[in-house]
Amino acid sequence: MSSETNTTTTPEPQLLATSRGNALLNVIGPFLALAVVYFFFGITDATQEDGGTFLTPRNNRAVAIPTATVAVAAMGMTLIIIAGGIDLSAGTALALCATVLAWCLKEGASPTLAILAAVGTGCLTGLINGVLISALRVVPFIVTLGTMTIFLGVAKIIAKETTVRPDRTTQIPEWLRGFLSLREQYLFPGKWFVPWSGEVGADASWFRRTAIWVAESLRLPVGVWLVIVLAILLALVLRYTVFGRYVFALGSNESTARLCGINVAWNKIAIYTLSGFFVGIAGIYQFSRLSVGNPTSGIGLELRIIAAVVIGGGSLSGGRGTVVGTLTGAAIMAVIASGCTQLGLSNPVQDIILGVIIVVAVTIDQIRQRRLAA
Amino acid sequence: MPDPLLRMTGVSKRFGATHALRDVALEVNAGEVLALIGENGAGKSTLMKVLSGAVPPDSGSMQISGQPYAPRSPHSARLAGVAMIYQELNLAPDLSVEDNIMLGQETGRWGILRRDLQRQRVRDVLDQLGHPELQPDTLVNRLSVGAQQLVEIARALVMEARIIVFDEPTSSLARHDVERLFGVIARLKETGIGIVYISHFLDEVREICDHYTVLRDGCAVGSGSLEKVSESEIVALMVGRTVDELFPSVPHTPGDVVLSLSRLSGSAVPTDVTLDLRRGEILGVAGLVGAGRTELLRCIFGLDPVKTGTVKVGQFAPRRRPSRMIAAGLGLVSEDRKGEGLAQSRSIADNMTYSRLQPYRTVGFLHLRRRRQAVSQWMRKLKIKAQSQEQSVENLSGGNQQKVAIARVLHQDADVLLLDEPTRGIDVGTKAEIYRLMGESAAAGKAILFVSSYLTELLAVCDRVAVMSRGRVCEVRPSDKWTEETAMAVAVAGESI
Repeated sequence: MSSETNTTTTPEPQLLATSRGNALLNVIGPFLALAVVYFFFGITDATQEDGGTFLTPRNNRAVAIPTATVAVAAMGMTLIIIAGGIDLSAGTALALCATVLAWCLKEGASPTLAILAAVGTGCLTGLINGVLISALRVVPFIVTLGTMTIFLGVAKIIAKETTVRPDRTTQIPEWLRGFLSLREQYLFPGKWFVPWSGEVGADASWFRRTAIWVAESLRLPVGVWLVIVLAILLALVLRYTVFGRYVFALGSNESTARLCGINVAWNKIAIYTLSGFFVGIAGIYQFSRLSVGNPTSGIGLELRIIAAVVIGGGSLSGGRGTVVGTLTGAAIMAVIASGCTQLGLSNPVQDIILGVIIVVAVTIDQIRQRRLAA
Repeated sequence: MPDPLLRMTGVSKRFGATHALRDVALEVNAGEVLALIGENGAGKSTLMKVLSGAVPPDSGSMQISGQPYAPRSPHSARLAGVAMIYQELNLAPDLSVEDNIMLGQETGRWGILRRDLQRQRVRDVLDQLGHPELQPDTLVNRLSVGAQQLVEIARALVMEARIIVFDEPTSSLARHDVERLFGVIARLKETGIGIVYISHFLDEVREICDHYTVLRDGCAVGSGSLEKVSESEIVALMVGRTVDELFPSVPHTPGDVVLSLSRLSGSAVPTDVTLDLRRGEILGVAGLVGAGRTELLRCIFGLDPVKTGTVKVGQFAPRRRPSRMIAAGLGLVSEDRKGEGLAQSRSIADNMTYSRLQPYRTVGFLHLRRRRQAVSQWMRKLKIKAQSQEQSVENLSGGNQQKVAIARVLHQDADVLLLDEPTRGIDVGTKAEIYRLMGESAAAGKAILFVSSYLTELLAVCDRVAVMSRGRVCEVRPSDKWTEETAMAVAVAGESI
């Protein structure tokens, strides 16, 4: 009765189309929201007297850069939230990794070693969270609330309660400085990628101008490309690996997972450690932008990270969430910030708009889920 | 002729392409209990959702005492005097009995509670139910399920309900709680309340109800007085065909011992259980709620801690944790489909294969196509009705959910199946399918430990039946040496007689 590797193709029951349609909507839903927000700001900005710069490739790039740090950390958070957990320590852990990286460079360690130390620190923070949650059987919210301040404290000790400043020219390698830089020489692909470059006249055809716009927008610093690579990898892991199935199983119903012989404790530790890996990478991003290690630079960041996952359709009760959604969520937040700046809206207004967007996004998602369930 | 208390006529409801209800008519008189009978998915719950205002009907009308009744929400239905007592109780566990009864209709002014008035009202209602011994100050989470149900009924009375719907009220009750409930229902009848009683247990229905209405595929296919109809006639109405055998038997012969328990004790129950289970054997476990049957299965499977004793599978005693037990060839179907048995928001395919993903795995990666083929084979074999195997389990009917849970242990190719109430809350047709599956599995050399509260099925399906009481196995006999009465007597007395 066991090996059912019969190769007869089975006629799939009808009505499959609808469930596929729903799955499709699940994926493109956040994209739709991103497009709406993007073009809203784009059009509002373009109708201003000076014509606006929001829709320019240059600004697209400028939006992508701050997205990257949050997005990388949010990928790890996606994993945790799908599995029914939460990590409040992600922000300070991220700053801790950046501080470790800065400290290593300042002490004259090789860049490779420094990077490894930063990523290792990230994995370690995740491992600590995972082990505490599994071993103490305390809810993740409380455990990570505690480790949040612990990591902050550790980072401050390493930084001797100030900011660690490695020398920009001698101690920070060139590639790390350009990792998230908008300067022409750090963009990939190079200028050759843009068709008809140099001959953009005001009379250029619509098609040519669009092609140039797309190509220019795709010329991004390496760090942004790395985000996309990591996202694809993580999405594949979630969809096509046994571990990925277990992540969803844990978040959907932990008792069922236990009943099915899934090692709940180990899988949780693995999930938090893998998330820590992403936090470590995000630490590198943070350092690359600031070029200093500031222990307090991660305070409050965890909320933006969680917000990215939630806007992207992740459910805090577990069992739901996508990598694509999370990336889009992070992008939506960055677009709003950038758009508000372009429109000359003050910081407090940006905060309010962001808050409204979070609530609206989650509400829409809930309504949709309820309709699906009915 | 006076108007009946409740009359529903021509009620229809469609969900997409499916007719959930087709032109259903139903009447309940004051002081009468109507049994609403039907397989899962027959439309009972949709009909009751229409009655309670949770779902608007596409067409049809309802009247209460001759007055048109068209609730826009569950709240307006309550105001009109229609109360529902659901299978899963809706109580706030951390509040007291009184607070729960008065929830949403507290007596008082400007937000200040009039505790004295309220207390009196609660006492009156509990008296009316014949249970003045319930203390209004007790926290609800300290009460048994049966007593919690009383609280819910009391709440309906405080709301001055005229029609009370009971949805499978006995499925999680012990026998003496059932009797208490029946006493309460009899009292409610006397006060002129009309009752709709939904149940799968035909013997119960016969005991407490006056009339019946049978639903099948969204249509009312028969109704009348219960006195004039036999059980097999009702079953025939429910399934739309005469069931030659409610309990299809597949011949199987017991072989070698495959699972042996010796002096197994858990932290509270079970106590000192020694049992042998053979290949090709179905061993039933009977007993009251709290006798330790579920805990026995959980101890065997490594889900609950074991204090003393051993569990041997074949010649070996595997480490007591679910993953080791699964590797040793055990499979457990939980009694709690929602809380433990299934990951409700995940797909059928995932739920079916969680316990055995190895065949589709190469260095951690899954071959989804290969898995899809295997899953659709099992779905066909067990006749699981679903849109696709990617559909999430929460949208399936109870019977189909149970089939997914059983498919998991079959897919896992377990040699020893531990089935905990596998037929609870599912319809007669699906029950028969599950009995047949059990018989076939036994014929294929699998051993089955079958826990159930429904003695009729245990005696019909099992080779031997063990009766448990207060954590101990009191007596094991071949099924034909038991009657329902002797088994119940042992379960109650706690010693062999």
